[in-house]
Amino acid sequence: MVVLPCQAAAQGFAGLGSDAEGFAVPQPDYAFDFPQDHGPHPDFRIEWWYLTANLNGPDGTAYGVQWTLFRSALAPETREGWSDPQIWFAHAALTTSRRHMVAERIARGGIGQAGVTVDPFEAWIDDWRMAGPGLDDLSVTATGTEFAYDLSLQATRPLVFHGQNGFSVKSAQGQASYYYSQPFYDVSGTLTLPQGPVEVTGSAWLDREWSSQPLADTQSGWDWFSLSFDSGEKLMGFRLREEKDAFYTSATWIAPDGTTTAYSDGAFTARPLNSHMVAGRQVPVDWAVKLPAKGVDVTVKALNPDAWMSVSVPYWEGPVTVDGSHGGRGYLEMTGYE
Amino acid sequence: MTWTTLTALLSHWRRNGLQFFALISGLALATALWSGVQAINAEARASYDAAAATLGEGQFGQLLPRTGNRIDQATYIALRRSGWQVSPVLEGRIDTTQGRVRIVGLDPLTAPGNVAPVGMQEGTSLDDFLTRGVLFAATDVADQLENAVSQRIVTDPSAAPGVALTDIGVAQDLLDAQGTLSRLILAPEQPMGRPDLAAITPDLVLQPAQDAGADRLTDSFHLNLTAFGLLSFAVGIFIVHGTISLAFEQRRGMVRTLRALGVPLGRLIGLMIAELVLFALIAGAIGVALGYVIAAVLLPNVAATLQGLYGASVAGTLQLRAEWWLSGMAIAVVGTGLAAAGALWKIAHMPLLSSARPRAWAVASGATARRLGAVAGLLFLVGVGIEIRGKGLALGFVLLACMLIGAALLLPLVLRGAVTLADRQARSVVWQWFWADTRQQVPGMSLALMALLLATAANVGVTTMVSSFRVTFVDFLDQRLAPELFISAEDAAQSPDLEAFLIDNAREVLPLLSVETEIAGVPSDLFGARVGPTYRNNWVFVAETPEVWDRVARGEAAVVSEQLARRAGLWTGDAVAVAPGLSLPIAAVVADYGNPLGQALIDEAVFSDLYPDRVPTRFGVRTDDAAGLREKLVERVGLSDAAIIDQARIKAFSLEVFERTFTVTGALNVLTLAVAAFAILMSLLTLASLRVPQLAPAWALGMTRRRLGRLELLRAVVLAFVTTVLAIPLGLLLAWVLLSYVNVEAFGWKLPMYVFPGHYALLTVFALLAAALAALWPALRLARTPPSDLLKVFANDR
Repeated sequence: MVVLPCQAAAQGFAGLGSDAEGFAVPQPDYAFDFPQDHGPHPDFRIEWWYLTANLNGPDGTAYGVQWTLFRSALAPETREGWSDPQIWFAHAALTTSRRHMVAERIARGGIGQAGVTVDPFEAWIDDWRMAGPGLDDLSVTATGTEFAYDLSLQATRPLVFHGQNGFSVKSAQGQASYYYSQPFYDVSGTLTLPQGPVEVTGSAWLDREWSSQPLADTQSGWDWFSLSFDSGEKLMGFRLREEKDAFYTSATWIAPDGTTTAYSDGAFTARPLNSHMVAGRQVPVDWAVKLPAKGVDVTVKALNPDAWMSVSVPYWEGPVTVDGSHGGRGYLEMTGYE
Repeated sequence: MTWTTLTALLSHWRRNGLQFFALISGLALATALWSGVQAINAEARASYDAAAATLGEGQFGQLLPRTGNRIDQATYIALRRSGWQVSPVLEGRIDTTQGRVRIVGLDPLTAPGNVAPVGMQEGTSLDDFLTRGVLFAATDVADQLENAVSQRIVTDPSAAPGVALTDIGVAQDLLDAQGTLSRLILAPEQPMGRPDLAAITPDLVLQPAQDAGADRLTDSFHLNLTAFGLLSFAVGIFIVHGTISLAFEQRRGMVRTLRALGVPLGRLIGLMIAELVLFALIAGAIGVALGYVIAAVLLPNVAATLQGLYGASVAGTLQLRAEWWLSGMAIAVVGTGLAAAGALWKIAHMPLLSSARPRAWAVASGATARRLGAVAGLLFLVGVGIEIRGKGLALGFVLLACMLIGAALLLPLVLRGAVTLADRQARSVVWQWFWADTRQQVPGMSLALMALLLATAANVGVTTMVSSFRVTFVDFLDQRLAPELFISAEDAAQSPDLEAFLIDNAREVLPLLSVETEIAGVPSDLFGARVGPTYRNNWVFVAETPEVWDRVARGEAAVVSEQLARRAGLWTGDAVAVAPGLSLPIAAVVADYGNPLGQALIDEAVFSDLYPDRVPTRFGVRTDDAAGLREKLVERVGLSDAAIIDQARIKAFSLEVFERTFTVTGALNVLTLAVAAFAILMSLLTLASLRVPQLAPAWALGMTRRRLGRLELLRAVVLAFVTTVLAIPLGLLLAWVLLSYVNVEAFGWKLPMYVFPGHYALLTVFALLAAALAALWPALRLARTPPSDLLKVFANDR
């Protein structure tokens, strides 16, 4: 299989720490313009439409679903036909406490096999689609060799912007990305599992992010948490792992009415509690997460410790349960563990 | 002291330049033939791997256009958007000043598995490949493309032969085929719930992944080549053995002196070994270089043969691969070691002060010849034992070795016998002297003549085998390709209509019904046949019982192929389980050359009972008007031209390919014979100095030097003749073993043997000619020996 396209001197997880030569770089005070900005930004190197959902079946079984479309640019432009330097790839996953099923798609840009349009909104690759009249009303489908899903999403609040109005800083050197989310989706739909279809309901969280160098050259990967508490509040926090056991953290506190509070480096902490051997790597699957400013002191546990995304550039992603000062559930993503 | 000893040992070679030349060149030639063959084999193997990997041919299922040879790119997108995991391929040819080059365009992102193992070398990024356009090709193709394309060409030795690989977009530009594709490769894993192919597009047909059956067929070809290489090497080693033995004999005096001076035996032996290894390395290096040349010359022919015969692609250019040149060097050293082992042993056990008198060397006396004859007899017995009881290919080659070595060891005895017989007939003094002298020469010439024996026998054996194969193959083709046309229906739905049409318009219609199954533990094809005049009149059996076809038509019996019968241990009269629950007696066994799978044939009705949903999609048709029927099929039934195959064309093609296959064997034959002739030349030259004291008395008694020279020539021819007379039956025996034992063990089928007396006569003439040519120069030299040298013999009375 082809390795993620990267420049000659690839650094960091998936080469995301390499220099942004030639590509556009995020600036603070960017004025977002929708629906345009829901679409792709070809002059930035990496971009994604990242959906994670925590669902329950009729008998209460917990399911986690992931649908992600990535755009990776070999050059900051688009061209017609096969010579388009935009590469699209997507990951879909369905996780239960016992099973974790993964599928991957890769496509060239420029020929119609994959892409995103904004009016009406449609993000597709092969037969996987995330489409709707707009981002507030989506239908999400994907198929793998053993699983499939078809979900409807309705947004109940406006969009949420991370960092300083959507400018999310990743390191002390200033690497940043544009980052906004729609964390307030109500979901209903059908999962097709090997043993048959299951009707599910729950909630979902969509991340939209794009940049050209999301990692500094000293950062090896990140741990990202999206937690939805039973009280209605939500917390997005991530921890970038640097050399010599240093970390750079950032968090966004989202109130039930949709207002956000941004926290810069140090306010949010996440400490691994237990690790688990999966795919030949030791990966922490239980965490102690704290945001003292909001009184958050919780334990985050993976629903399925084996939620390893065995795709071209592998990482760990799966649903989690939250206990402690707040209860709830969410999603955890860990990258860069070798 | 070591240095002095070494220089003393080496000085022998300086004084006997001819011996040195014989040693080095004999070894070099032997190594050349061996490594040449190995180079061809290695190149072929690498090409198969590259082709299989790169183009995924046969490995994955494919979607092909139903008509024409292009697929619209929009179809590809439609398939992907409905969930089909397919990968596009575009193939075509572009013209360059040096011929046409095949361009293959792939999409590296969607290509499954190892379809594109193109090395992303330094300085080539995915970006380059996808967007700017880079072509990957082997060296010869890269050269051809040099000025024909504007894109950068990267030389990649692991690229499949004859193609240049590039991104599909670039290929579309180069081939001026924008927006079209040639075929789609199906990834092995497909997602659930995707719609049927027909629902998305009616223009494509699915071709499932095929087994690479070509492997076993090409194996036979390479086995052939390797056997030849080994034989050539053996012949060459004879030369080496002769030279080394002579050298060691002549150095006996030197060895005695050195030991008397105090050189330890161990060191002496060590230095001799070191000297031999050095020569072996030098000769090996020369041999490998020569082998490269031989292989480079033969390779295009081999490539063409394999392409035509088996559809296997082999690069037409040669690369230096470690596997064959290392093996060449290794075998040179090992061969020399084997050849010298005896001589070293003798030196090691020589008494310290043994006499330094020169004496005729190697196989010295009648007693030795008889002893060798006894060993030969033993080997023959072993050989017979293997033939009767042996199973397995390795034993087959042991049998061949026993036979050949046995015959070689028997040769001196036979020669002595022949000469003694002639001697008794001789009346005049000259002739009596001639025969006596010849008898004395036999030991000295033995090794060279053994080489000639082996080369000639191999020639006879292999040519007999090949020619028998050719005769049989032609008959076989006639039998199996009896139908004038072979017609393929597009799918099962079209089959009944097509069959009805054919029955109305042709003399006989033979639907080809088959299913892949396992019969008696052997992977086989089971055929349902419509028994009719074609089968009754054309098929010839290896073994049969009365009323074969009647019984088969009544559903009471089955016909099986020879491979199946032999592998399952069955023969006519035995019962075979053609399907679970149905066992039929075997009415006949039919030959099926070249097929690695077994075959069983039952009546059409019985087959339909067993497999009711199998519909024939291929038909053999007997007709008197092939062209007319073809036209009707294209116009009225709407079949594509490619679906109708004409038997005469297949047959002509098969035969042509067959001929080319054996061009290579023919070339190797000639080379081996040349090596044997060289061996004779070297022996004669080497012995020339020893001959002088033996000829001097004859000259003194009045025989002119010219006459002596002519008699030398005659002697060589006579000895060669006796050898060839022995070689022909040996060769026939060799052919018989190859056809009925080795072939059966290797491939499961036996070939009948035919004899070709004309060819053998021609071969005898060639062998005699070769011997005469080889003996010409020594004879001339002898005829020109200055009288003073001859007189000196009497002065230095030994």
